[in-house]
Amino acid sequence: MITLSHYIVLGAILFCIAVAGLFINRKNVIVLLMSIELMLLAVNTNFVAFSRFLGDVSGQVFVFFILTVAAAEAAIGLAILVLLFRNRSTINISDIDSMKG
Amino acid sequence: MGLSTSILLTIALAPLVGCLLAGFLGKFIGRAGSHTVTILGVAISCALAFYVLYQLTLGGAPVYNQNLYTWFQIGHFSASVGFMVDRLTAMMLVVVSFVSLLVHLYTIGYMSDDPGYKRFFAYISLFTFSMFMLVMSNNFMQLFFGWEAVGLVSYLLIGFWYKKPTAIFANLKAFLVNRVGDFGFLLGIAGVLYFLGTMDYTTAFAAAPSLVGKTLQITANTHWDAATVVCICLFIGAMGKSAQVPLHVWLPDSMEGPTPISALIHAATMVTAGIFMVARMSPLFELSQTALSFIMVIGATTALFTGMIGIVQNDIKRVIAYSTLSQLGYMTVALGVSAYTGAVYHLMTHAFFKALLFLGAGSVIIAMHHEQDMRYMGGLGKHMKVTCFTMWIGSLALCGVPFFSGFYSKDAIIEAVGESHRWGAHYAYLCVLAGAFVTGLYTFRQMYLTFHGKERFTVVEHHGHAQLDDHHDHHEPGVLEHAPHESPWVVTVPLVLLAIPSLLVGFFTVGPMLFGNWFGNAIHIDEANNVMAEVGKDFHGAMALALEGFGQPPFFLVLAAFVITTYIYLFNPAMAGKIKSALKPLWTVLDNKYWVDNVYFAVFARGGVKLGQGFWKVADAGLIDGVMVNGSVSVVHRIAATVRRLQSGYLYHYAFAMIVGLIVLLGGYWLIGSGVAGQ
Repeated sequence: MITLSHYIVLGAILFCIAVAGLFINRKNVIVLLMSIELMLLAVNTNFVAFSRFLGDVSGQVFVFFILTVAAAEAAIGLAILVLLFRNRSTINISDIDSMKG
Repeated sequence: MGLSTSILLTIALAPLVGCLLAGFLGKFIGRAGSHTVTILGVAISCALAFYVLYQLTLGGAPVYNQNLYTWFQIGHFSASVGFMVDRLTAMMLVVVSFVSLLVHLYTIGYMSDDPGYKRFFAYISLFTFSMFMLVMSNNFMQLFFGWEAVGLVSYLLIGFWYKKPTAIFANLKAFLVNRVGDFGFLLGIAGVLYFLGTMDYTTAFAAAPSLVGKTLQITANTHWDAATVVCICLFIGAMGKSAQVPLHVWLPDSMEGPTPISALIHAATMVTAGIFMVARMSPLFELSQTALSFIMVIGATTALFTGMIGIVQNDIKRVIAYSTLSQLGYMTVALGVSAYTGAVYHLMTHAFFKALLFLGAGSVIIAMHHEQDMRYMGGLGKHMKVTCFTMWIGSLALCGVPFFSGFYSKDAIIEAVGESHRWGAHYAYLCVLAGAFVTGLYTFRQMYLTFHGKERFTVVEHHGHAQLDDHHDHHEPGVLEHAPHESPWVVTVPLVLLAIPSLLVGFFTVGPMLFGNWFGNAIHIDEANNVMAEVGKDFHGAMALALEGFGQPPFFLVLAAFVITTYIYLFNPAMAGKIKSALKPLWTVLDNKYWVDNVYFAVFARGGVKLGQGFWKVADAGLIDGVMVNGSVSVVHRIAATVRRLQSGYLYHYAFAMIVGLIVLLGGYWLIGSGVAGQ
């Protein structure tokens, strides 16, 4: 029997993988975007699980919104990435430190 | 018939109008226009001053005392502009306006080729106005206004040749030294207001006896007699203005100004303002024997010791300047022994003969092409007879030779000091007697060096007048381009007009003014202090007094001085050098003016600069700039430099910080929430 807690643990694991991806990854900006997507998916999993558990569909409606926004965000993120590469000829995160004080 | 307000207002304002016209519209009315309006203004004042004197003396007019305008009012205290004209004021008005008029006239000749001609006339008219406001005042506030105004004009005129560094130094010095005196004066006025509650003369003098027995606590557990403190403070003002030891140092230096103002301001009128003030406030000063003793000792010291410096001076104007100091000392001594009438009387005679001497010296300076050193003069008497003759009259009056005006005033002072039993009177008597001898020495020395003996200058005829425009350029000393000749009539006429009162005024006025209670209620003397009455007991007319004067010690002393100087400077000029080397230590002391200037310079000027530098370096640069302004900047800078290191620029550091922050916040929230729930 798969209970609610299984889904929540799955969400948490996904979120932790995403955070680890953010921290550990030092090479590629695309991986960062993927990690962010993964975080959103973790959240979505939670939404759907709670929606089913509580019998309230508004949680699932919310997931659609998030997916839409995530799609838009991915598009914008990739566009920024392209521009970044065009300007600096690199997407290596270690080289992008112009905010250094 | 009483005095009319409009006449008095005209006296005061006519010179002011002249000053404003010449000062602001000088460009439009030109040189002749400037001197015409200012002379006209002063002439009107002078004529009206004589009329006022006539009204008060023969016309039987009562004392005029009226407030004309309320300047401001604070609570119960009101400051007014008003006039009080009694015989003392009338006498001052006549002296000031008469000397001022002659000096205006004389200036036409003396300053004829000076570029500041119009400015000069504006200044001396302003001075005349200020002096009138001072002497006519009926309250302390207006007195102080006049007092400061004459000080200002004195400052402006000493520095008249403002491109000359010595003149700038002298006017700054005069201003600063006067500030010391004025500070005391202001404290004195404040004391009057504090104890008597009013600024008005009549009210204050009427309330003056209430000062007796009051004390003032200056520091803890010391009780000072109120009258003494107030009087000494007021007198410190007089010490500054009338150049008494130790505030005398500015007067000799003020000779950097043009000669006409030396005559008007620094001999005849402004410097006697202090004497006038003390005489005017006699009801206050009579309350304090201590203050009067103080005044007497200061005056006696000034009379003798500054006169002695005059003996070693070579600059013709400086000799007269030191003589002025010495004569002011005589007046102060007279104030100190409660012989106020003697002081004021000497003030009047001195104004005439000292203005005469200064203007005569100016005439000599014109003839010598602005050479003032007497070592390059000599034998001028035959070139300039009028100047020589009038200056001899002035000199004899200064020495107090019987029948001359100076005799009556000076002799009265010496005798009054002799009669006095006040503390210090013996010292004062010695000083004034020795002072008579010293006066003779420097006066006759000056006359011989200037007008008699061998000519110590050479005349070189130049035909190109390259230096005509700039008279103050120093060409070789003792070399003249023309033979010296008598000055034009605008210069000699004032000399003659001043010689007449120097010769005669004493003889005709001594009876009523000195011994006849002519001043009435203007001067108040306690019966116990009335030395003039003692002196007056033996008075049997001016003629008898003068004849008696030939047998008195002061005359012998002057005669001795005359014989000595005649022998040295006419018959045996080498003697002077021998005496000088024989008395080298004394000569050094006198030539350095007792090192008073040096001490002041070292202590106050250098000390002031050091103090200022200390404040600048420690307080301003160190504390305010260093600690407060730059210090706070550098603290911020250091904090920022440390914090800056946190900004690595790497995205994952920021992300990490965000996550950790989120965890800390949430964790904290959860901990507190569970804590609250657990209770």
